[in-house]
Amino acid sequence: MPTTSVLHRLGAGAKLWGLCACSLALLAVSTPTGVGAAVVGVVALYAVARLGPRALWSQVRPLRWFVPVVVAVQWATLGPVSAAVLTTRLVALVALAGLVTLTTPTSLLLDALERGLHPWRRLGVDAERAALVLALAVRSVPVLAALAGGVRDAQRARGRERDVRAFAVPLVVGALRQADALGEALRARGLDD
Amino acid sequence: MTEVVLEGVHVRHGEREVLHDVSLRLRERRVAVIGANGSGKSTLARLLNGLVLPSSGRVSVDGLDTRRRGREVRRRVGFVFTDPDAQIIMPTVAEDVAYSLRRSGLSKVEVAARVAAELDRHGLAGHADHPAHLLSGGQKQLLALTSVLVTDPRLVVADEPTTLLDLRNTRAVAERLAALDQHVVLVTHDLELVTGFDRVLVVDGGRVVVDDVPAVAVPAYRRLMGA
Repeated sequence: MPTTSVLHRLGAGAKLWGLCACSLALLAVSTPTGVGAAVVGVVALYAVARLGPRALWSQVRPLRWFVPVVVAVQWATLGPVSAAVLTTRLVALVALAGLVTLTTPTSLLLDALERGLHPWRRLGVDAERAALVLALAVRSVPVLAALAGGVRDAQRARGRERDVRAFAVPLVVGALRQADALGEALRARGLDD
Repeated sequence: MTEVVLEGVHVRHGEREVLHDVSLRLRERRVAVIGANGSGKSTLARLLNGLVLPSSGRVSVDGLDTRRRGREVRRRVGFVFTDPDAQIIMPTVAEDVAYSLRRSGLSKVEVAARVAAELDRHGLAGHADHPAHLLSGGQKQLLALTSVLVTDPRLVVADEPTTLLDLRNTRAVAERLAALDQHVVLVTHDLELVTGFDRVLVVDGGRVVVDDVPAVAVPAYRRLMGA
């Protein structure tokens, strides 16, 4: 990870608070001009972080199947302008969150999260556990993506590309097996207590 | 010297008895466990750091009972799994190794120095900031091993760590295991790997049926398998 930009050097806590503030501000924007300005702002932040269009695309790419559905539903219920505003807002939010993860090592994010949650421990919030859950969520994405890829290949090999059940069942079974193995590994590494 | 003692250990999963009356005293630096699939060898390995507790009987590591003092036992006994993907927690290589030292009380500078030294020792220094999931299978297994070794355990238990690896990576992982200062218990199907070991346990049907040096145990296992 390059550490040459201002955003890379900014503290993880400051970036998380900034993300919260920007997210709230974005949620308050309801006009096409407003979301347009927000998109320009997000692109500018990627430029400040010296991250190109490929990095931006890698963050929003997972939404490519989800966005058409959201647009269709919003268009049908609220009309084209609201559909465009709401969907753009969603994509901008994901891009912003992606920018934080792209410019911050996960370990620093976890430290910041732990520090942020520390005052809540009197209410029973286990900051370390919450940080661990976040870390596991982040590391599970590529593992589950690889699992889904393997299941998809197996489906193709058996000529069952369009069978949703043939995809879902092994994927869920594999994910549960991974979760079991991960739990065991966490215990083995002394991270269970 | 580390000593693992199993006394009259039975492990039952419901009606099925996975291990039957196993009593062992392991003091050797290199112990291998071989056996057919489903013979109980992985369960035997998991008993050694308290991942599996005996249904009856007792397991202790340096006098620490795995049932009552599991946390201390796991600090002494590192465990390497077959599938490194299940063992890697953090997104990048260095972060994953550092995560093992999270509760060590070391400062950030000390953790970074120790992680760098351990990655260097296992040939992963050039991958410190790489995403862990993009490593090759062999590199992932070396990372899993490094994340275990950075805590400096007295005993390393490895459950078929080379099963998913090609020949070159199998050799690389085997060489690392052989070079360790720690005591090693290796569960494997690869009979070549156990040649230099001090002691080989052959597990069959939940019992240790042969307990001897490789020159005796491996041929006995071959006969048992009809090979």
